Amino acid sequence: MSQVLAYDGGNRVDQARADGVLRFILRGSWTIAQGVVSGESIMVDAVSSDRPQRIYVDGDAVSEWDSALVVFLTDLSERCRTLDLPLDLSGLPDGVQRLVALALAVPERTDAAHEDKVPGFVESIGLQVLAAYRGSGAMLEFIGEVLIALARTVTGRTRFRTSEILTVFQQVGPDALMIVTLISFLVGTILGFVGLVQLEAFGADIYVANLVAIAMIREMGGMMTGIIMAGRTGAAFAAQLGTMQVNEEIAAFRTVGISPVEFLVLPRILALIVAVPLLTIYANVVGMVGGSVVSGALSEVTLPQYFAQTSDAATLTDWAGGLFKATVYGIIIAVAGCMRGMQSSKSAASVGDAATSAVVLSITLIILAEAVLTVVYQVLGI
Amino acid sequence: MAYGEFVVQRDLNFIVNRGDVFIIMGGSGCGKSTVMRALTGMQRPSAGTVWFEDARLWDLDDSARQRVLRRSGVVFQSGGLWSSMTLAENIELPLREYTDLDPQEMRELARLKLAWVGLAGFEEFYPSEISGGMQRRAGVARALALDPEVLFFDEPSAGLDPISSRRLDELILELKDSLGATIVVVTHELASIFTIGNNAVFLDPVSRTQLATGDPKWLRDHSDDPQVRAFLNRGDAA
Repeated sequence: MSQVLAYDGGNRVDQARADGVLRFILRGSWTIAQGVVSGESIMVDAVSSDRPQRIYVDGDAVSEWDSALVVFLTDLSERCRTLDLPLDLSGLPDGVQRLVALALAVPERTDAAHEDKVPGFVESIGLQVLAAYRGSGAMLEFIGEVLIALARTVTGRTRFRTSEILTVFQQVGPDALMIVTLISFLVGTILGFVGLVQLEAFGADIYVANLVAIAMIREMGGMMTGIIMAGRTGAAFAAQLGTMQVNEEIAAFRTVGISPVEFLVLPRILALIVAVPLLTIYANVVGMVGGSVVSGALSEVTLPQYFAQTSDAATLTDWAGGLFKATVYGIIIAVAGCMRGMQSSKSAASVGDAATSAVVLSITLIILAEAVLTVVYQVLGI
Repeated sequence: MAYGEFVVQRDLNFIVNRGDVFIIMGGSGCGKSTVMRALTGMQRPSAGTVWFEDARLWDLDDSARQRVLRRSGVVFQSGGLWSSMTLAENIELPLREYTDLDPQEMRELARLKLAWVGLAGFEEFYPSEISGGMQRRAGVARALALDPEVLFFDEPSAGLDPISSRRLDELILELKDSLGATIVVVTHELASIFTIGNNAVFLDPVSRTQLATGDPKWLRDHSDDPQVRAFLNRGDAA
């Protein structure tokens, strides 16, 4: 008696019974291209009605095979094991028998299975809050380390690393001039356009100069420079330090007793504290030139008038207020970039995450600081 | 030794004698490198301490610990060279930190250390410009910068071809004999273990403790622990 149990394209399993022995006769091509046959339906059919004493698998009629056959037989073996049925695979090609034996040789490690649970909505909010809490703790710790390093340097207990600071300064200052020029010139022209359209209605064209000067000096110059530097330098710091983490360079500093915070982080922070305000002064000037170009082209105001008006408009207090903000942004960018880099673990993905997160964190903090400082200035009447 | 609540190794107790080439061995993931991190001051063990002569390394304050650790040098798996500096500058930096030598003297010393490891003439090269085996040897030169009494090697032969790895072994023995340095090597390379080691500890990832300590050649033939014998005989029943 023979009966077709499963037929899937090019392969099939026939069944035959004799003296309590159930024979599965495999036919055709058992390859991945044909799909994988599940042992379940075959076993259920075979065992439910009349339980055999043992099962014999006959592979003489298999024309070709690959892992698909091994998966089927491994599945069958496991099912037989749970049912306590002897399974005889000796009728299969030698390679197949060995591969099945290999797959079954080491029992599945249940404790090694990864728990890949997707948290629910409420749970994920909770996890995020916890992560933010831990993150701010880590940030405070990092800032503390930086301050200790700063104190040690100021009190002369460690060397002041002039050459490191100058190297970093070259990268973050002069090398950033081109992009700062372009962006702040365009921001100046945008402010000029917006101001001109509104002020022309009142015949107050000349006040475009005031608007551009005040907006650049107090807010936009520093903020645009900050955002450029966050993308350009903050990401670079995070990637540099992260890669040094991967290469064990940071660990190497520790073993020779050099604090990586003193050697790597402090020079970067100090360089940015100097570079960002300087770039901001430059950005302010370029922005005002941008405003003057728009004003000169589209209104009656002449360039000398424009610049005379500009120098009347901006007071030293405005400059000081703007540069203080720029200094704060410099600190934010350097601390966020270095912190994320130092926190990075030893993998390529984690260095990428560090760079991304450094930029996101510093831009967020820059806008936040801008908002807070603007309100504080307002209250103080600056 | 633990990461959070995950205990890597417990109840470790071994002695490295002056002049030993001491091997920390065991299968992958058994915590060899973690033990090394505790010995080199990079990671505080969750319990216990490391004795360096009379000093209890992990009970000292930071600066005292740094002074003790300065007497040791570490060679990292990937070399751990500072990529933004040339090989000579890599060696000069520790000297710049802890000595009052002038630049000319420091350069002479850097040249000497590089010559010892067979890299004379590579002073002005950056780490990325030389091969992996050379980086490893340059890492040795940097570890030698402060003339340490103890040298730690983390998997020195990992990823090296047999000839480079053999030359590194020879270098390790040479340093031991000529400088009188004590060497601690983390490795699972049997060829290295038998060529250079005269003392060892075997860490087991399953029981998470040390199974044996002593001369690896003696352990290979006489250890009463079947796992240790299996490891040292490449799994062949001994």
